[in-house]
Amino acid sequence: MNEPQHYSQLWQWRTPRVQLLLWAGWLALVALFVWCWQVMTQDTIWAFVLDAPAQAADIGSRMVPPRWGYLPELMAPLWDTLNIATLGTLGGVIMAVPVAFLAARNTTPSVALVRPVALFIIVTSRSINSLIWALLLVAVIGPGLLAGIVAIALRSIGFVAKLLYEAIEETDARQIEAIAATGAGRAQVLNYAYLPQLLPAFCGISVFRWDINIRESTILGLVGAGGIGLKLQASLNVLAWPQVTMILLLILGTVVISEWVSARIRRAII
Amino acid sequence: MSTSNYPRHWKRPPQIIQHPGWRLGLGIAAMVYLVLAIGSLEIDWQRVSIGLERGQRFVVGFLQPDFVSRQRDIVQGLSESLTMTLTSTVVGILISIPIGIGAARNLTPRPVYLVCRSIIAVSRSLQEIIIAIFLVAMFGFGPFAGFLTLAFATIGFLAKLLADDIEEASHAQLEAIHATGASWWQMINYAVEPQVLPRLIGLSLYRLDINFRESAVIGIVGAGGIGATLNTAIDRYEYDSAGAILLIIIAIVMVSEYTSGLVRKWVQ
Repeated sequence: MNEPQHYSQLWQWRTPRVQLLLWAGWLALVALFVWCWQVMTQDTIWAFVLDAPAQAADIGSRMVPPRWGYLPELMAPLWDTLNIATLGTLGGVIMAVPVAFLAARNTTPSVALVRPVALFIIVTSRSINSLIWALLLVAVIGPGLLAGIVAIALRSIGFVAKLLYEAIEETDARQIEAIAATGAGRAQVLNYAYLPQLLPAFCGISVFRWDINIRESTILGLVGAGGIGLKLQASLNVLAWPQVTMILLLILGTVVISEWVSARIRRAII
Repeated sequence: MSTSNYPRHWKRPPQIIQHPGWRLGLGIAAMVYLVLAIGSLEIDWQRVSIGLERGQRFVVGFLQPDFVSRQRDIVQGLSESLTMTLTSTVVGILISIPIGIGAARNLTPRPVYLVCRSIIAVSRSLQEIIIAIFLVAMFGFGPFAGFLTLAFATIGFLAKLLADDIEEASHAQLEAIHATGASWWQMINYAVEPQVLPRLIGLSLYRLDINFRESAVIGIVGAGGIGATLNTAIDRYEYDSAGAILLIIIAIVMVSEYTSGLVRKWVQ
């Protein structure tokens, strides 16, 4: 065997076979990317794309300064938006708790029958965005706050139930067995064994979801489900860009405050 | 032997808010808020009761989905959504890696750190749908605006998590590589990358998932994809086609969630 000239000839991280496979994988990814890019851009009008910087500058120049006088008019929609988020979270949490208990492996009445149904409810609720829920509900029960609240509630079920059922599955089985061994009934086991272990997680999840819901409820008005999004839609339709800036600033402020509040509460609880 | 001193009753102490005054105050505040909030709702019950019949039709449409009559539109929307998802995720990852490294406090000088963190803050604080409205206004209707929206949103998400991950990376390994006389690039390559790569792959797959879900939404404001098809179907009151589209979205999300979970378990 020849004497190695350099240490790099002695040690290699991967075997040649793995290296080859890795290269093939990267090549496939690049090929897929190029193909997807071509499919996606086949209908793109490049003149519009090249024109974009000019359009951006134009919109930007119309957007400043924001119309501060519009602010008082926005307070009522803002109150509506907060209500959509809060009442929606409340409704979603109330519906999510039974679903979570049915979905958790250790509390479900039947792993074969009930658990898949509960999991399907969770996946359905999670995979449809609240804006799509709102779109459907506006078509069904008419435009207004109720559609927004129900949309937020339906979207929250999946999120809250998923996190909660994971928390239920992680509960300490010894405490539950200890309570059951005293002769406690099912309700008492729930109250004295599960509840104390779950309460901090439950409150944390609810507040977290409330924070996300504030964010989402600001745009529900775009499809007619009430709140500040209605004003945004109206201003966009008449191209009143200074009003749009004002609304966006207000949304930004609301989101920042709600995020701060939720972070404080969660730190206090957990 | 006497048990008279032993308490016969026990009440569980409150868990979250111990102080009784605070509990009472917060309870009253919550009640007042609920009364005010529910009082300010204006619900047109007549409209709702009319809508219930329509809701029934929608449920029927969901149970008997019609994949066939709008098949062309659905295929077109779906291919736009899927290609948009993939390209935007790839481009978003490529841009977010340098920004993520720049936003890690332990690797970069202060000015770079501040610039990168503010890029992340801007990208995270704006909703996808609002970005999409502006990008559609600038770049015209179609999936290209959607692609830009999702790529922009990906940057904020991935760069922040990557930066936090790098900041939490083991300091000992960084110092060890540094002590061999490695340059900054070599430090990134040999000390940081092995520590964060598995999580980066996991996060990228997770973001791919999110981007598909979002691509179904931004079509509502004109950024292409399956959301546009869905919006049209609902506007035409074709609930069976809408049900079919929703079922397709749910199925794809389920499959991608399951596979990305498998891959993440395998990588980590």
